[in-house]
Amino acid sequence: MFYNRRLTPYLYLLPMLVLLLIVFGYPLVSIFNYSLRRIRVNTGPFIGLENYKTVLSDSVFREAATHNILLLLSVPILLVLSLFIAVMLYERVSGWYIYRSVLFVPYIIAVPIAGVVFSNLFQRSGAINQILNSVGLDFLALDWLGNEKLALWTVMMVIVWHEVGFGIVLFLARLLSLDESLQEAAMVDGARWWQRLWYVTIPQLRSIIEFYVTITVITIMAWVFAYVYVMTRGGPGTATQILELYIYNYAFRNGLPGIASAVAVMLFLVTLLLIIPLFRFRSQTETGGGVDER
Amino acid sequence: MSDRVDPNGETGTAATKDIARPTGPKPSRGKPTSVLTHAILLVSVFCLMLPLYFVISTALKTRDDYSADKIGLPDTLFTGNFTTALRGGTFFLWLGNSVILTVGAVVLSLVVSSLAAFAFARMRFFGSNTLLAAVTALMVIPPIVMLVPLFLMLARVYLIGTYPGAILVYAGLVTPFSVYFLTNFFRSIPHEIVEAAFIDGATSLGVLLRILLPLSGPALATLVVVNSVYVWNDLLVALVLLPEEEKYPLMIGITIFGSRYNTDVPVAMAGMLLASIPMLLLYLAGQRLFIRGIVAGALKG
Repeated sequence: MFYNRRLTPYLYLLPMLVLLLIVFGYPLVSIFNYSLRRIRVNTGPFIGLENYKTVLSDSVFREAATHNILLLLSVPILLVLSLFIAVMLYERVSGWYIYRSVLFVPYIIAVPIAGVVFSNLFQRSGAINQILNSVGLDFLALDWLGNEKLALWTVMMVIVWHEVGFGIVLFLARLLSLDESLQEAAMVDGARWWQRLWYVTIPQLRSIIEFYVTITVITIMAWVFAYVYVMTRGGPGTATQILELYIYNYAFRNGLPGIASAVAVMLFLVTLLLIIPLFRFRSQTETGGGVDER
Repeated sequence: MSDRVDPNGETGTAATKDIARPTGPKPSRGKPTSVLTHAILLVSVFCLMLPLYFVISTALKTRDDYSADKIGLPDTLFTGNFTTALRGGTFFLWLGNSVILTVGAVVLSLVVSSLAAFAFARMRFFGSNTLLAAVTALMVIPPIVMLVPLFLMLARVYLIGTYPGAILVYAGLVTPFSVYFLTNFFRSIPHEIVEAAFIDGATSLGVLLRILLPLSGPALATLVVVNSVYVWNDLLVALVLLPEEEKYPLMIGITIFGSRYNTDVPVAMAGMLLASIPMLLLYLAGQRLFIRGIVAGALKG
């Protein structure tokens, strides 16, 4: 607009391009290369799809992938909880912004800190079980993180605890930017509260819900390392083994970066597949309007 | 789409508007009574705050007090756990490392992103839209995907276990969001201001440094806050890139601390409380910035 010298923009972009090529560009190309080699130190012989075959026939890998998929159950839970709370805050209860501030606090707490705290809370003789015993629910006082059948669900509870504030803040922001005339029109027509919620509010939130679900699915598939690392290290046994931990162990514990890269490639492709709808969402809002364009 | 165009975009990014408080009370026909609403909200608050209550009350208990009662309030306020937690100074070492990493990465990323966002927002060049879209998309790529090559690459140039290596990676990881956010903000600054500066003979760098950046205070503050939280709270990247004890940041530190005081829960909780104070203070001070940044990042991932 103002500068016509052709090179100027690229000079301004150069530092970013260099930084992003180092941190994203080179690694994202390299994992494909590494995944096809038997890596020793920095490189190794080309072995075709051998690493992928090894990974896919490894029962631990299959367990890890299954666990990530089971954890996806937290996505609908998070969606319903945060949408529900956001709608209640949107109804302008007095002190709604105080509720918002408080409900957002868990999201600020670092996951490793939360992990250490919850490991203590969920100990067999920990505070949660003391509460359960004292209200007469002894049969619920379980070994939350030590029981193979239970540990993954305990981890999921902690994830929900930590992440729910993000959804609340996101949906509330979108609700506050909605045009109220539709709500008013519905009210004039005599629509009841839940009818307005179901037929007016939620349809208006459709695109943000799609977005939230995408982001949360990516988070659960590939962004929950710290929960598991701090609370269970994948245990007991392999009960909470997940893909990130699998990559981490193979690359940095077992010294097999080729295997780790094969899994990284798969995670990368899953992420790419998931963000395609997100770009669709983006181009729609660019033409149809949205919450923060410009 | 049923989404309405938000007509109010002249000042600030629309993200600023998202968190504007609603103006008046809303008519409330047929909605759940406000008593019920408050009850549900208070139950949510209770569930979400329970762990925080546990941390604070346990940190103030003696060991005996804790084994006698894990959930009640402390009998007497005991501060010895904090002294124990801080003894030996490793806590301060970890804290210092975290500060170095956070400040380094946030500053580096801010410089790099301001320059790039200036080009995206105010210059026309071949491929600008595609490039911006590609950079924005990088926001959602999980770090675990890049970590193996990053480790091998940094090992080759002897940057594993060093601040510069980790700072470079953290700065790179937060840059896509920063570029996206600043580009939107720069675009919202009226063209006339920039035009006037050019007529007065300013250079492009002069416009960025003397006009755009001084007008971007809130946006820069938001970035500082959001990016600091990202770097400060990270565990995975630090575990891989900083394997030597004297470079451990706080998040690795507290993981070790948690298992070391595994049987002395009050000390462990005192440590957790100390470790969360910096971010809680930042949240209290800049709450709206936090929410604005997180919403902006999310609304157009």
